[in-house]
Amino acid sequence: MKILVCISHVPDTTSKINFTDGDTKFDTNGVQFVINPNDEFGLTRAMWFKEKQSATVHVINVGGPETEPTLRKALAIGADEAIRVNTPATDGFSVAKQLANVAKDGGYDLIICGRESIDYNGGMVPGMLAKLIGVNFVNTCIGLEVEGDKAIAIREIDGGKETLKTSLPLVIGGQKGIVQESDLRIPNMRGIMQARTKPLNVKEPVASNAETSTVSFEKPAPRGAVKLVDNVDELINLLHNEAKVI
Amino acid sequence: MILVYTESEEGKIKKIALEAVSYAKGIADQMGTTVTAVSINAKDTSELGKYGASKILQVSNDKLNNFNGEAYADVIGQAAKNEGAKVIVLSSSANSKFLSPTLAVNMEAGFVPNVIGLPESTSPFKVKHSVFTNKAFASTEIKTDIKIIGLGKNSYGLKENETSAASEAFSPNLDAHDFDMEIVSVDKATDKVTIADAEIVVSAGRGLKGPENWGMIEDLAKVLGAATACSKPVSDMGWRPHSEHVGQTGKPVASNLYIAIGISGAIQHLAGINASKVKVVINNDPEAPFFKAADYGIVGDAFEIVPKLTEKLKEFKAQNA
Repeated sequence: MKILVCISHVPDTTSKINFTDGDTKFDTNGVQFVINPNDEFGLTRAMWFKEKQSATVHVINVGGPETEPTLRKALAIGADEAIRVNTPATDGFSVAKQLANVAKDGGYDLIICGRESIDYNGGMVPGMLAKLIGVNFVNTCIGLEVEGDKAIAIREIDGGKETLKTSLPLVIGGQKGIVQESDLRIPNMRGIMQARTKPLNVKEPVASNAETSTVSFEKPAPRGAVKLVDNVDELINLLHNEAKVI
Repeated sequence: MILVYTESEEGKIKKIALEAVSYAKGIADQMGTTVTAVSINAKDTSELGKYGASKILQVSNDKLNNFNGEAYADVIGQAAKNEGAKVIVLSSSANSKFLSPTLAVNMEAGFVPNVIGLPESTSPFKVKHSVFTNKAFASTEIKTDIKIIGLGKNSYGLKENETSAASEAFSPNLDAHDFDMEIVSVDKATDKVTIADAEIVVSAGRGLKGPENWGMIEDLAKVLGAATACSKPVSDMGWRPHSEHVGQTGKPVASNLYIAIGISGAIQHLAGINASKVKVVINNDPEAPFFKAADYGIVGDAFEIVPKLTEKLKEFKAQNA
């Protein structure tokens, strides 16, 4: 089994979000970048496929050289090989197109993406990638097993879950549940040393036109101070008469 | 014209679909055109006209009783092509988020999700949408001929716009590839309000000390007709199912009212619930960060306040019934 895990390089969840250049660019100053959490769940699941079903695991990112430490971290966790497509990640469609270009000739049985990246929250790359390469797609995936050329995928739906049987190759948009938080791995010293010598191949991008382009950013208006009340009657009164939500 | 996909559940049009129609009507007015709605296996579509749809395409096909991203994207894409749609509006439900990227590739259309208002301009076509899990907003131009918008829940609201709507049957061409995946089983609680659909969400955190204390949270949720949710540590410790985890890596919440009990308010949690309209916090620690993000707060012991709140709400509901 050959697996490709798509990794987004995102600001850590505790990052303060600011913008520069007249509010046109995300301010990376002082920001710690990490593997997108939804992708990290998928990467961990891929490690289990590697250990239990002898899968080969490649990781891929679309981005500039500044994203390489994130790919090295994925190698330190246990991926065999990394690919970086050397172009800035602009809109979701362009990223999907770059990934599709690598995936289409890669012979991958399984392509694991995260449901969405926690920075731009587009949630579109996995579905677009699947469509571009013409394979089945399961989103919000919370469980995945592979046997032969078939996969059983569990998908979270509103109010429950759905179990699907599908042939490979398959693209999934994974999230917590595909492995648990406690299953996530911190690279050990041996992994970090090995990661230094594992291949990290840089590929040049294919031509692609952005379908969307972000013009500017803004932060939400600062909110008013909390209204503290000291009894539940007053709270009910405010929720009914002032906020009008009950 | 503007095409809107109006989602239904068990044959009933969902509230988010009515919000999507209201929004589509808003764009149609900006662009001087009309709204066509497409619904799949909905039994009663009469409400759609009330919110501004002037044409309703009704698809009836037993093979589409269960959601299927590939097939549903084909249905909507064919409807858009037949009608010559310039803009396609979808909601932000899990199913719409599943099918939108497929539809975008099929239509060679630019797609922007989590949109929070009408286009700032229609030429160039520019919309505002939430990014960084509601910690910021972006203005994005869609450059393609056909545009796809995923409307954020509760961001536009319901706007009545009585229109005489003509219904017609629509039979899309579906092929075998649309049904490549086999649904083995669907496991769904039908008696509970889901976080996605809920107007009110009651959420609790580590302050509750243990899973055995969730009875009072469920009681409060029941009185309010609310969904129950929890913070990340609570789901990580297995006190509550992962499906209840709200926050940056869990489910987003965009309810009218969010009540946080014994949740300190970590930045990741606050990001996930930021799109909710009114936030109430109940916590015994006056320094809890949640107080800075909430509209109303009570400093005190949840074990005293919550049961009292439930009792008083029962009285309130009885009086206002």
